[in-house]
Amino acid sequence: MLRFVARRFLETVPVLLIIATVTFFMMHLAPGGPFDLEKQPSKEIKARMEAHYGLDKPLWQQYLLQMKHLLVGDLGPSSKYPSRSVNEIIADAFPVSLELGCEAMAVALFLGLLAGMLAALKQNTFLDHAPMSLAMLGLCVPTFVMGPLLISAFALHLDWCNAAGWYFARDRVLPALTLGAYYAAYIARLARGGLLEVLRQDFIRTAQAKGAGQERILFRHALRGGMLPVVSFLGPAIAGLLTGSFVVETIFGIPGLGRFFVTAAFNRDYCMIMGSVLFYAAFVIGMNLVVDIVLVWLNPKLRFE
Amino acid sequence: MMPTPTLEPAAPIDGEKSPSFWQDARHRLWQNKLALFGLIVVTALSLVCFLAPLLCAHVIGFSYEEQSLALGPVPPNRVHWLGTDPLGRDLLARLLYGGRISLMLGLCATAVSLVIGVTYGAVSGFVGGKTDMVLMRMVDILYALPFTIFVVLLTVFFGQNIILLFVAIGAVQWLTMARIVRGQVMAIKQQEFIEAARALGLRRRRILFRHIIPNLLGPIIVYATLTVPEVMLLEAFLSFLGLGVQAPHSSWGVLIKEGAEVMEEYPWLLTYPAAAMALTLFSLNFLGDGLRDALDVHASKD
Amino acid sequence: MPLLTVNKLRTSFHTRAGVVRAVQDVSFQIERGETLGIVGESGSGKSVTCYSIMGLLPQPPGRIEGGQAIFDGVDLLALSHRELNKYRGLRISMIFQDPMTSLNPYLRIEQQLIEPLLIHEKMDRAAARRRAVEMLADVGITDPVHRLRMYPHEFSGGMRQRVMIAMALITKPDLLIADEPTTALDVTVQAQILDLMKKMRQELGMAILLISHDLGVVSGLCDRVMVMYAGRVMESARTPELFYETKHPYTRALQKSIPALQVKGQELYTIAGAPPDLLRPVPGCPFAPRCGYVVDYCAREEVAPLEVAPAHCTACLRVQKEKLLL
Repeated sequence: MLRFVARRFLETVPVLLIIATVTFFMMHLAPGGPFDLEKQPSKEIKARMEAHYGLDKPLWQQYLLQMKHLLVGDLGPSSKYPSRSVNEIIADAFPVSLELGCEAMAVALFLGLLAGMLAALKQNTFLDHAPMSLAMLGLCVPTFVMGPLLISAFALHLDWCNAAGWYFARDRVLPALTLGAYYAAYIARLARGGLLEVLRQDFIRTAQAKGAGQERILFRHALRGGMLPVVSFLGPAIAGLLTGSFVVETIFGIPGLGRFFVTAAFNRDYCMIMGSVLFYAAFVIGMNLVVDIVLVWLNPKLRFE
Repeated sequence: MMPTPTLEPAAPIDGEKSPSFWQDARHRLWQNKLALFGLIVVTALSLVCFLAPLLCAHVIGFSYEEQSLALGPVPPNRVHWLGTDPLGRDLLARLLYGGRISLMLGLCATAVSLVIGVTYGAVSGFVGGKTDMVLMRMVDILYALPFTIFVVLLTVFFGQNIILLFVAIGAVQWLTMARIVRGQVMAIKQQEFIEAARALGLRRRRILFRHIIPNLLGPIIVYATLTVPEVMLLEAFLSFLGLGVQAPHSSWGVLIKEGAEVMEEYPWLLTYPAAAMALTLFSLNFLGDGLRDALDVHASKD
Repeated sequence: MPLLTVNKLRTSFHTRAGVVRAVQDVSFQIERGETLGIVGESGSGKSVTCYSIMGLLPQPPGRIEGGQAIFDGVDLLALSHRELNKYRGLRISMIFQDPMTSLNPYLRIEQQLIEPLLIHEKMDRAAARRRAVEMLADVGITDPVHRLRMYPHEFSGGMRQRVMIAMALITKPDLLIADEPTTALDVTVQAQILDLMKKMRQELGMAILLISHDLGVVSGLCDRVMVMYAGRVMESARTPELFYETKHPYTRALQKSIPALQVKGQELYTIAGAPPDLLRPVPGCPFAPRCGYVVDYCAREEVAPLEVAPAHCTACLRVQKEKLLL
């Protein structure tokens, strides 16, 4: 097990290197640069700015330079926010995204698992169709419709909470719901499918023959196997949630990471793009490792392979 | 009572010809009310949207770009069935034209993702060994890339050429398809009838096209049906970023975004586009689920 | 009073092709400590009979249309699932055909083995574990303390069936239902499992309902045998009588199709034709179309098992009416 984890860690380094390289050339090949936007600075200023950020050097030199910085964990300066480094920006914004992501994940897991288990146990009844239709709705309504709808209902009409902002505990409710809804819907469908698959197995019949009640069959015999698809989904899902959502952050005015991710690409803020990509990629790889470990723990058959 | 494995209920084995797999699948799809509903709605909506120019000229009486600033936004009425937007444009006409673009983009991007994903996955699974390892490693790496940033970068690449953009999105969306196809190929490859074909001395290419690809059709159809709504959601997301279709054209994503901005004052501008989109996505998803149940080789017969 | 009396059990499956009448008016009894074998080809309704009694039928599509299964004075078919659970795994246990899939791959052997004790006897874990160790040793598993910590995939097929037997018998039930317990196993292992079942019967004195398509397996273990075909009982008798004074052409045909008993070098004997389609009502004797002794009224007249000799029932009209000798 330890060797497995260690090997995966070592594999991460070349993978991140490849990702950094791909990103580097992609953004530099894209037309335009960080100082070609809206109000055009004079040629002279532009040249000086580019010299300051090292953009006047040949591409391969820039590449080597950036790689050198990346290797020691220095993501470089932001060209959009000249006074701050990308490391600082991420360090500032990430805790906010992390909190929102965790809350959304909690919402998603609670609602999703509850609905999925209910639907699987009561297959083809109202208690199956109702939560599954809701889940379908959650999958089909875009976040930027869900958000305004929730704001309109709970903030404007019922006046239970603020329409936007990130100050009080109750400011967390609507964003977490909006962000979590899609994931809850996905989890519900996966949990239902996984559980139904397991409940079809022979060993469930054995458990019934032993006189096990429904709760015992669900929690003791079916849950482990039935959760495997959910766990596999959670890896990329958690990575996506925790690194911020542009839409939710924009709608609710939350100072999270998602905004920087998107605006960086708009602004050709090279270092910010690179930082975001690597940060996200590291997150995904890390979460996938955790997921693999959990899968092995859940499924004893894998432990010996 | 909890579902238990189906016992063999005395399968009839006398002379009668048992229905083929596809007939059986069609029957199961027909039995599934929700899937059937999905199929009908999708077909009807596509038909209406693709006939938009005709309908606008002869039935609705307004074009999607005809402005009337004097009129401004009016709620649904006898003249403008779904009302008008702040520029006085007929919402129904815009909805139909928008649907045309949204649906076409969904199909376009899905087709691209299908071609790449199936080829990639099939080759990886069929060749196996080191090639497979390298190819799948590449998929893993691509999975770790943040999608949003790359789509934004791609828009920068391709500018406002919307078709090219969606080709690009399709090119990013193929990862899951490739994984599914590869898994399926690996599973089929180990089955006995492939062994038999190989023992008969069939060439690899022939085995791939005559025996493996037909067995992949089920999962491919299902996944394609489920990719279309995903791409349409993505289009909506891009519209939210302002990277979607440019005026005076519109798509459902654009309409929803514009509607969401004025939902308090002119709610119909959000309701109808959102409903149209949700209905389409609903239908496609139900259809996809129904197809999955109908085509799933593992699903029990009854 | 018999331990289990099944009375006119009728079970069907409601499929989209129509209603499959899988079990029709099946009646039998098992005394305490007795071993009854049910023999028939696949689709004859033998497994469905047992699943119906145990409440393990998938519903839908399965449905019990009528009949009773009186176990120790209580009709099992009339019980709710909660009430039935007081019998299942405590007084009636069951083992299944495929030991590879019948054990939960996610749980240790110990957790599965002691489960009946935890459910029914509210035993504490330590005591249950002691019983589990004893039981594993009893079914011939060496090093039971160590084995308890393992998972099913670390066991061979024969070992898993031993575990299944230990699990079924750990509560000392009155009745063990064994659904083709040796079918999925290697021939050498089959014999070991059958010997184990004999040994456990001697030690615990439980009754056994053994389902098999193999006349050889049944003859070695059972006191009485019941032959089923197309969801109905064809013949039932004590084992020696069934083999030496056969009173149904179907039983005779089954015996003739045992490969080991046939003359070497000759083409193997098989019963021509196929079982009837249970989606349609079968008039008269279901075996008539394949029967070598068929006469004109066989396919017309309804037939039910009838006692034609002491403790020997047959559903052959010609034997019933004409005292036909086979």
